[in-house]
Amino acid sequence: MTARVGVVTFPGSLDDKDAARAVRIAGAQPVPLWHDDADLKGVDAVVLPGGFSYGDYLRCGAIARFAPIMTELVPAARSGALPVLGICNGFQILCESHLLPGALTRNESLHFINVEQRLRVESAGTAWTNRYTAGEEILVVLKSGEGRYTAAPDTLDELERTGRVVVRYTGGAPNGSERGIAGITNEHGNVVGLMPHPEHAVEALTGPSEDGLGFFTSVLAHLADGVPAGSSAR
Amino acid sequence: MSHSRAIDTVATAESTPEAEQPYAELGMADDEYARVRTILGRRPTAAELAIYSVMWSEHCSYKSSRVHLKKFGELAPDSDALLVGMGENAGVVDVGEGRAVTFKIESHNHPSYVEPHQGAATGVGGIVRDILTMGARPVAVMDALRFGPADAPDTRRVLPGVVSGISFYGNCLGLPNIGGEVGFGAGYAGNPLVNALCVGVMKHSDIKLAQAPGPGNKVVLFGATTGPDGIGGASVLASATFDEESQAKRPSVQVGDPFLEKLLIECSLELFAQDLVVGIQDLGAAGVSCATTELAAGGTGGMRIELDRVPLRDSTLTPEEILMSESQERMMAVVEPGRLDDFLAVCRKWNIEAAVIGEVSDVTPEEAERGGRLVMTWHGETIVDLPPRTAADEGPVYERPYARPAEQDALQADTPDRLDRPKDDASLREQLLTVLAAPGVCDPSWITRQYDSYVLGNTVLRAPHDGGMIRISDDSDRGVALATDGNGRYTRLDPYTGTRAAFAEAYRNVAATGARPLAVTNCLNYGSPEDPAVMWQFAESTRGLAEACNQLGTPVTGGNVSFYNQTGETAINPTPVIGVLGVIGDVHDRLTSAFSAADDGAAIYLLGETRDELGGSAWADVIHGHLGGLPPEVDLAAEAALGEVLASAAEYGVAAAAHDLSDGGLAAALAESALRGGTGCRISLDGGLADPFTALFSESGARAVVAVRPEAEEAFKELCSRHGVPAAAIGTVGGSSLSVSHPGGGFDIPLQELRTAYESTLPAIFDGE
Repeated sequence: MTARVGVVTFPGSLDDKDAARAVRIAGAQPVPLWHDDADLKGVDAVVLPGGFSYGDYLRCGAIARFAPIMTELVPAARSGALPVLGICNGFQILCESHLLPGALTRNESLHFINVEQRLRVESAGTAWTNRYTAGEEILVVLKSGEGRYTAAPDTLDELERTGRVVVRYTGGAPNGSERGIAGITNEHGNVVGLMPHPEHAVEALTGPSEDGLGFFTSVLAHLADGVPAGSSAR
Repeated sequence: MSHSRAIDTVATAESTPEAEQPYAELGMADDEYARVRTILGRRPTAAELAIYSVMWSEHCSYKSSRVHLKKFGELAPDSDALLVGMGENAGVVDVGEGRAVTFKIESHNHPSYVEPHQGAATGVGGIVRDILTMGARPVAVMDALRFGPADAPDTRRVLPGVVSGISFYGNCLGLPNIGGEVGFGAGYAGNPLVNALCVGVMKHSDIKLAQAPGPGNKVVLFGATTGPDGIGGASVLASATFDEESQAKRPSVQVGDPFLEKLLIECSLELFAQDLVVGIQDLGAAGVSCATTELAAGGTGGMRIELDRVPLRDSTLTPEEILMSESQERMMAVVEPGRLDDFLAVCRKWNIEAAVIGEVSDVTPEEAERGGRLVMTWHGETIVDLPPRTAADEGPVYERPYARPAEQDALQADTPDRLDRPKDDASLREQLLTVLAAPGVCDPSWITRQYDSYVLGNTVLRAPHDGGMIRISDDSDRGVALATDGNGRYTRLDPYTGTRAAFAEAYRNVAATGARPLAVTNCLNYGSPEDPAVMWQFAESTRGLAEACNQLGTPVTGGNVSFYNQTGETAINPTPVIGVLGVIGDVHDRLTSAFSAADDGAAIYLLGETRDELGGSAWADVIHGHLGGLPPEVDLAAEAALGEVLASAAEYGVAAAAHDLSDGGLAAALAESALRGGTGCRISLDGGLADPFTALFSESGARAVVAVRPEAEEAFKELCSRHGVPAAAIGTVGGSSLSVSHPGGGFDIPLQELRTAYESTLPAIFDGE
């Protein structure tokens, strides 16, 4: 049976159609989810897409965490049961929801940056990266103004020690992220957040590569075979 | 707070015919005011004066330009593709498969000088609403920008502010920014140009027009609440030259909220999809005044508005201020009473505030004869009672005097022939690097990397390629390509030829992506129309563009005029920015301008004829600070033939890369192609070509470089000869340098050195402090 992957649209979500397209290209059925409905519609996994939810006027993701859909999503994600991928604004929402530690702050340059960005996959042990090999380099898009990952030093140490840094910028973080961290996961490996946009690297025609598709095929493998989410986090 | 100020009602106006009115301060001429009195048969109320003053401003009425803009219609080529022509919010072009695109470019120059960030941001917002209003989903934006000298102190205020404004608004709206251009010049200090273009996609059946048919239909204002933003902006900011007083005008720049605009887009598209509106208009310059008069004028001619029902964010606003407010992110719809509940439900879903503020009314034959009847009340008292067509459609039309300025002869006589040319390979090499590093030629990515170009997932080509290209839909392989171009130096030397050159370059840029040019939009930026020399430039430009569009079969679908871009007596170089839209049947066929590693060994062809044409060139400007002589000749037949070769080469798959030649000539084109793909080239300038200097720096039009893989060379040469396009093999792709040889010697520039020159300029200036 085709896996059903929900894509949440908040007011101000922008890359929701792109996330749905990536899900479709990966071979799953995208299911639109609406911020104002506390209803996950029985989906097998969820993507929180990029954009500026609620305008991000207070602090990126700070209002979205209170959306009705999140009351369903947060417990399911926290338990390790529901795979959730937060991209860009989605990552910010995951941090604001405390599903992931740390925070995303203004880029070091103070400018929005849109670049083709190389990443190193540090952990292939998550629900969203099991189709990659640890150490593999991929080329995706980074486009954000508040993408500088930061956390307390002991939190960063713990993330490193427990293999929860999922992707890292190569050649230096263009936004000044601590330790070059581009994406992290929770202790179960089912929740992954990253600033770069794998969904914009799924077609050679429009993206810098097709390297981002692995995030979406990974979750399908995870759902089909129970391929690890957390069990072998490296 | 006091509301004791007396409201100037129609009854008051009738009983106090001789009351003094501040029409001059609102920018109205004596005869214009007199005409309002004649139309109304009495003095206008304060509210009516507000309406006429903004609707008859240069910005809204095109009173100085209209007689010249008529040429675009009169000379419009027959085009089956044109579904909606000039006069609506934007033109609509058929792109096949039952789909249409609408596109338009518009200026926001003056506000962007006063407050660069908000000025540029709301420029994006305004053009996006124009496209939305046609019934289309906005799918991409572009910008054409001009600033004072890059290293001038004020440019460091204006440029970063403008870029951050475009970035902030466009990115938050989720529209990819797919290209555009930037230029610098002394005249633009104090008069920056911010021209924003938007393109939207729709089905033929989705086209919406600004009209209010059906008496009894409700007039609904939805979106942002109305505040004191930009009051008087339309007539004051857009129609007056800057002087010391402009500091006092700061509050009249509008403030944008892209999040609200994003919701407004989604809300409006859902309203369209459910067929809940019969007429729609966005609120831009002149706000409620413009929307109500234009909607009424486009419908029965009758409308009744209760102005006190407009939702306000500042309860102290007077009726006149409400009428003139340019608060952003507002739309006005005409809705059948039976669909009103559904309409309001969609608004609620998107958290969009909506208020019924009036209804469409019937008019008597006598009222229709006068131009319809628009009545507005304020807490029950009538404050406006005027024929809306007199405000919207029958504004003043000026035949401004124009004359070729006496100094034009001297300017054209001062040709670049007197300039020292490089005498040896070392200076040729050095000048190439200097031109490549010049702010108007160099890598613009300090600017473009602040724009999201990927969102929506349909961007096929983006800056810095010759044009932007988007796939029109996920389920189609069709695409549209867009380019904007304008060269103020050329237009200054010869406005007729310079404007044709700008059009030709945009046409060529679109063709170089592999698309076939289809239609044109324009943003015409000039000094004061009250100066006969400026008016002459304008007249010559419009004549040149109208004739050129006619000859190449690409109709002008709409555009915008910006006058008064001048400081004191000194006007900017006339800067018509021309946008060309083209269509490609299969986006997979598109051509990029990059020489990539995969093209190693491909032959490089130079198409077109190179003449000794350096008037207004980047070389004359950058190396000698010289502007004189004549711009390059424009041969439209050659442009058409070149365009057909490029589009066919893409379609048949016989070209590996293509790049048009413009600023900086062959030198800049080769350097850009090499740097974009990270692969060098070996060029041999001999065998019948001009001398190396002319070959590298001349800016003759109708030229492009094309990389062709060996197996396709025969087919490519055959294609060129079939269309009569000269094609000279000048080298091959490969290596890690730009290597140039000629019968007398040669030089070599490693890509790293080339890259440093090309990419360092803007970061050094704008990251410097």
